[in-house]
Amino acid sequence: MTTRAASKSMGKKDGSEKPEDRYEIRLSGSGGQGLILAGVILAEALGIGDGKNVVQTQSYGPEARGGASRADLVVADGEIYYPKTMKLDLLLALTQEACDKYYPDLKEGGTLIVDSTMVTQVPTKNYYGLPFMQLAREEVGIVMVANVVSLGAISELTGIVTRDSIRNAVLARAPRGTEEKNKKALELGIEAAKKLLKEKR
Amino acid sequence: MLEYGKTKLLQGNEACVYGALYAGVQFFAGYPITPSTEIAEGMARILPHIGGKFIQMEDEIGSIAAIIGASNAGCKSMTATSGPGYSLMQENIGYAYMTETPCVIIDVQRGGPSTGLPTKIAQADMMQARWGTHGDYNAIALAPSSAKECFTETVRAFNLSERFRTPVTVLTDEVLGHMREIMTIPEEGELKVHKRQKPDVPPDWYRHFEITPSLVSPMAAFGEGYRYNISGLTHDPDGFPTAVPSEIKAKLEKLHHKIDNYLDEITSFRTEMMDDAHVAVFSYGTVARASYQAVKMAREKRIKVGAIQPFTIWPIDEARIKSMLDGVKKVIVAELNMGQLFYEIQRVAPKSTEVFHLGRYDGEVMTPLQILQKIREVL
Repeated sequence: MTTRAASKSMGKKDGSEKPEDRYEIRLSGSGGQGLILAGVILAEALGIGDGKNVVQTQSYGPEARGGASRADLVVADGEIYYPKTMKLDLLLALTQEACDKYYPDLKEGGTLIVDSTMVTQVPTKNYYGLPFMQLAREEVGIVMVANVVSLGAISELTGIVTRDSIRNAVLARAPRGTEEKNKKALELGIEAAKKLLKEKR
Repeated sequence: MLEYGKTKLLQGNEACVYGALYAGVQFFAGYPITPSTEIAEGMARILPHIGGKFIQMEDEIGSIAAIIGASNAGCKSMTATSGPGYSLMQENIGYAYMTETPCVIIDVQRGGPSTGLPTKIAQADMMQARWGTHGDYNAIALAPSSAKECFTETVRAFNLSERFRTPVTVLTDEVLGHMREIMTIPEEGELKVHKRQKPDVPPDWYRHFEITPSLVSPMAAFGEGYRYNISGLTHDPDGFPTAVPSEIKAKLEKLHHKIDNYLDEITSFRTEMMDDAHVAVFSYGTVARASYQAVKMAREKRIKVGAIQPFTIWPIDEARIKSMLDGVKKVIVAELNMGQLFYEIQRVAPKSTEVFHLGRYDGEVMTPLQILQKIREVL
């Protein structure tokens, strides 16, 4: 699979044994931030909207409540054999704990996106930082939509998912009455990422 | 609701629910247990809307009893559980074998023994699916490895169960049950759905356990006007207890041969890269997916290795496995336990094939690298 992130590689490639035809994503943070739902939305956008093969897994059990929480996705054009992630292409970390815990699973040159107010010690210089929680709270009025803000940013920063597909997937999962807020959250993420990319240039 | 032809993101457990609905399930009784609970939840949500019945029983013993009763009343019936519940069900599963009652049991495997590891994966119920209840009988157990296969194997479980008048177990696992995957619900009529064979004789002539040439007896439901007796005691073709050696022998042979005589219809495999393989990885369920990945990685290194995945765990198709392993020097049996399928493959593999075991039993999924390492080790 080629994506904007993969083709514009942010570093040198490592010699890991991960097959090249898989794109692996981890959305991480703490329990209650809606990361599993974000994983489901992204999987539906990729699978139903963009016609890719997708497998979504998560840590399951008491340890998944509170503490570091995550949703994993494997995306491919062809059949996905091994359903779990092997070496991440993209890591989203909304908390310092999640960033510390999962950064070692990111491949060299992989894309790291963090919440810039929550993750103050980033283990690399090659990363994108945006204040997802703050944007959600201040611009939309509910911190709960930080997951959707980050999906908007992911779509803009990586190009892994088409804009239409992510929009449709967010709306399909938004509880009745929250469609406008979710739409706004997604656009907010897209715009913030656009600005960030401009600054980086 | 079941939406034919629609592409969805489904958990393995949800796919089992949709597969059952596609097959025409009318009755579900169960007792929630991790990691199978989403199956009961899905059934509770949907069945009442389509004229079916969902009932949460007091425990797993009651659940299997209820689906046996419902099946004898003419309904396609199912329950779902995990290891501890499957253990509790065993006595009544024996009753279903003996009374030749079609029903489907889904066992979403977790670590054991006892309550073990509620949220972690294992594949250690394989032998229980064959020998779990006491006595002499034959068993059918199926093992999917993706959401799509959870759907199709559940449909197949109903078909085989109704076709051969026997309980059928679907063995999935925690990872498969909970992971979400993209799949398209087949169109109506795309997959075969088997209907139970009804008697075509006058009620006076009907024998509930008649030994027919096919060995499968047509089955009348309670209340349809056919009088019969069913009992867990070894019985004659009318269902009444017998102590006549020839009748006892005939009953047990019927239970065995109604399955063994139809292996071609029951067993199903997938093979990858086996044409020129010197080494084969034999595995099922979630592990099979790690095996395909490992085989692909090994092939990139020009190692001649292939993979075999049985969708039918029981019965073991000796002749077919022998012929698949013909010319294969080494076979690695990869499974999430300390050796179950391994002993079966050791038993049936050709003399010229060396059989190795690769087990994992720490609650985690076997990784492709682990299998790749084993392939290198046995080369």
